[in-house]
Amino acid sequence: MLINCPFCGPRAENEFVFGGSSADNCEVATENTTALTDYLYFRNNPKGWNIEYWVHRHGCQSWLEVERHTVTHEIRRTQLTKDHP
Amino acid sequence: MKQRYSFPALVWNALRGHRDWAPAWRKAQPRKNYDVIIIGGGGHGLATAYYLAKIHGITNVAVLERAWIGGGNTGRNTTIVRSNYFLQPNSDFYDFSLRLWEGLTSELNFNIMLSQRGVINLCHSQAELETFARRYNSNRQRGVDGEILSVAEIKKLIPHLDTSPDVRLPIVGGAIQRRGGTARHDAVAWGYARAADALGVDIIENCEVTGLHIDHGAITGVETTLGTIKAPKVAIAVAGHSTQLAEMAGVRLPIETHLLQAMVSEPVKPFLDTMVSSATHHVYLSQTDKGELVVGGQIDGYNSFSQRGAFYRIEDITSGAIALFPQIASLRMLRKWAGAVDMTMDGSPISGKLPVHGLYLDGGWCYGGFKATPAAGWCMAHTIAHDEPHDLNRQFSLDRFRSGRVIDERGAGNSPWLH
Repeated sequence: MLINCPFCGPRAENEFVFGGSSADNCEVATENTTALTDYLYFRNNPKGWNIEYWVHRHGCQSWLEVERHTVTHEIRRTQLTKDHP
Repeated sequence: MKQRYSFPALVWNALRGHRDWAPAWRKAQPRKNYDVIIIGGGGHGLATAYYLAKIHGITNVAVLERAWIGGGNTGRNTTIVRSNYFLQPNSDFYDFSLRLWEGLTSELNFNIMLSQRGVINLCHSQAELETFARRYNSNRQRGVDGEILSVAEIKKLIPHLDTSPDVRLPIVGGAIQRRGGTARHDAVAWGYARAADALGVDIIENCEVTGLHIDHGAITGVETTLGTIKAPKVAIAVAGHSTQLAEMAGVRLPIETHLLQAMVSEPVKPFLDTMVSSATHHVYLSQTDKGELVVGGQIDGYNSFSQRGAFYRIEDITSGAIALFPQIASLRMLRKWAGAVDMTMDGSPISGKLPVHGLYLDGGWCYGGFKATPAAGWCMAHTIAHDEPHDLNRQFSLDRFRSGRVIDERGAGNSPWLH
């Protein structure tokens, strides 16, 4: 699998480290146990297209948001995460 | 009705040209309703059906398998059985499972080929050795066997291992669970299928569940590619597809499906009669009765249902194997494959009731599902029959994530790709 790093171009997957699947719940409400549990333990696990996070650990170390198919491993979108400096 | 396998039966049939062996299980056609439907015809689903019939007298059961029985993770693992887990719920559960393995060939009248050849963990640093000593001491306090080994003792058990002190990551010691070993994975599926079928369970292959029928918060049946089948109790035992099945009931699971690769070499003369594992080299291997090396390592590390993995992981695994046994560098690897493992957010299984009345889940087994097969079936059968978990799977509840009682065996937190 090649991941297209915006800075480095298409690089082999083992230059990257997986950083977790996306989740529908990004707000952390510290008093609300249900919301906290959702935040900690529930992420998307589709059999199909998925939005997930990777870091180019053995390259430029950018954090990327990647849209990848979890059966074919085809990638259709790669971009820097919103919080990228 | 069901013929018993035995040495006289083998001789008799051999003399008759092996024409009269009865099919091991019926190709059942699905009926309109059952007392229990088990979704998933792998080791766990079939074991559950067997124990429901054998122990609880519940025989009006159907096992629905979308492809062929044992074709999922049951046919894709590296056949290891062991019970050297650290945390109490895991240690108790897996050792009960090992005790069931020990009687399984007899119980099922089917040769499971259990080989308690010993599972050995190699340690490459003092810190690693102390971690294993802590785990094994904890095991021994619970009555589970385990010993720490010196390098000399390891060399005696594994003569061809590179125990030289001059290598990059020298072995400083290790640990062994002598009751651990291997079992024939296909035999488990077939043995449980044959025994369950003999007790009246319908095993239905090529039947995929496409939906769950729920009425007022209770399960009433399933929708399948062979039509609607009704049942007041439905158990999901589908490993990597647990998320998808639970979604049909509107239930979310704290699971990521990952791919775990394994491979097998060409057959060579026997030189390894234990299972050897090196956490440092990310590899574990054993040698089959046919002489092949069965080798595995870490998960590739990202969500996947592909059941096939990347080559860099094969290189990573084989480089670890060669570090331990340099002489195997010239071996040809014949086949590689992968399973779809359901990795939970704490690395421990989810076995019990789901928040829909009559719906149960046997899942979240990460990469420990094969060795769990007998106990998973035992506990799920109990849970279904009594609508309450067994003592051994009570702590594996889905609710533990909400109550904070997570069972973090690897101590890696909510990052399944690190478990």
